[in-house]
Order: sequence, then C-alpha cells, then structure tokens
Amino acid sequence: MTHSAFILAAYGVAFAGLLTLTLVLILDNRAQRRALADLEARGVRRRSERRTP
Amino acid sequence: MALIDIANPTRFLAWSGRVLPWLSVAAVAVLAAGIALAFTAPADYQQGETVRIMYIHVPFAWLAMFGYSMMAASALGILVWRHPLADVAHKAAAPIGATFTFLCLVTGALWGRPMWGTYWVWDARLTSVLVLLLLYLGLMALRAAVDDPGRAGRAAAVLTLVGVINLPIVKFSVDWWNTLHQPASVLRMDGPTIAPAMLWPLLTCALGFSLLFLALHMLAMRTEILRRRVEVLEARAAEASA
Repeated sequence: MTHSAFILAAYGVAFAGLLTLTLVLILDNRAQRRALADLEARGVRRRSERRTP
Repeated sequence: MALIDIANPTRFLAWSGRVLPWLSVAAVAVLAAGIALAFTAPADYQQGETVRIMYIHVPFAWLAMFGYSMMAASALGILVWRHPLADVAHKAAAPIGATFTFLCLVTGALWGRPMWGTYWVWDARLTSVLVLLLLYLGLMALRAAVDDPGRAGRAAAVLTLVGVINLPIVKFSVDWWNTLHQPASVLRMDGPTIAPAMLWPLLTCALGFSLLFLALHMLAMRTEILRRRVEVLEARAAEASA
C-alpha cells in the first residue's frame, strides 16, 4: 500500500462509519415515530394528551 | 431559555426539534470546510502526506473521551437526581461514543502502519483507548442484558463512574509511560506545538466533528424518548385489551 492508499482508507472508513451510524439513528427515529403514530391512531394516548370530555 | 427549562422530556423534544436542523447543517458545513482545509494544508516534513489522517484521527480521539465524560456527567444525574433525561442522555451517547472510539483506533492503525511500520502495539495509549471502546461496548451490553430499564440505567451509571478512572489514563498515558505514541501536541499546558498552518485545519475539523457528535446525540435522545413513550403506550394498550 502507498501512503495515499492509507489516507484514502482512513477517510473511507471514517465516512462509511459515520454514514452508517447516522443512517441507523435516522431509521430508528423514523421507526419510533411511526410506532407512536400507529398507537395514537388506535386511540392509545398519553395521559397528558387525553382530552377531557 | 434556561437549561433547567428543557430538562424535561416533553420540553426537550420541542426545543431539540427546533435546534437539530440548524445543528446538522452547521455540522456538515464546518466539516466540509475542515476537510477542505485538511487537504490544502502543507505536508509534514517528517510524516509527508500521511499527516492528513491526523485531521480526523485526533478529533475522533478527543470526542471518544468527550462522549465518555458526557456519560459520566449523565451517570451522576441518574444516581443523584434520578433524572429521566439523564438516563436518556446516557443511553443515547454510548453507541455514538463507541463509533467515534472505533474510528479513532482504525484511523490510528492506518496512520501507524506507514509511520511506525505496524498497525498496532500494546503501548499504554493504544491499550487504554481499546479499554475505552470495551467500556462503551460493555455499557451497551449491560443495558441490553437487564430487563428493568430503571435497574439497567443505575447499573450502567455505576459502571460508567468506575470506568472514569480510564480517562486520565488515556490522556496522561503518554507522559506516565514510555510509549510509541507521541505525547500531546495541542492540549498542553505550554500551548500547542503544531504550526498554525496545520493547527487551524485540525481545530476546524474538531469543531465540525463535535457539532456532528452533538447533532447525532440529540437525534438519539429524541428517539429514546419516543421509544419509552411507545413502550408505555403498548403496555397500556395490552392492559386495556386484557
């Protein structure tokens, strides 16, 4: 490996690692928002969000 | 808005919802500028072009320690005040800190091979950073292994505070022992020893990665709050249908 290859490998691993982490966090956030919206659509709400009759 | 005003999950969600987009844009912009500066900075007289790995390796190392320090502060919040947002912050930081520590080790190895002639040596700095990664992974495993979230949080907080002893070992290992890893050249009592032409790109990259770390942590905290709400509502729905 040349020195350029080590530099490219370091930046490549860093980019791939941070991109993977970001995607995992975004997808997890979307999944939780979807699950919460499904529950609320079924009428299951937090006590603080329930409407008084 | 005072910090105490957002130390409540609902207020934190509202506040972070407004801040997160701006923080993300700032992180990407500063990182792009930092990487551009890193590739236009002069080559080092000894390391040559390989010095460009330092512009990402050093910020990863700083943020690996910053992430653990943040978890230690959150651990105090869990054990002393039993604050729910402290538990959320602690849990959300672990995978991000683990990723930054892993990238610190990998980029360090990729710098070490052409400079030292080896990817790895068991010197005090490298070994203590590996211990830091194992601490992060151990904390994630501990939370996953305990069913009761409250007990898991308190156990993880205790282990986090025990592991704080590793932070000064990481920082001062290069001074206390004879290591292959070079001593500190930026965070020194007598000031940085790096030429300004290399210091400014490094500090810009460090700021960009710090903003990215904070944005990812904020996103992970928001997700964790939502996950806990989903768990509560699912339990309530199960009770209602039983």
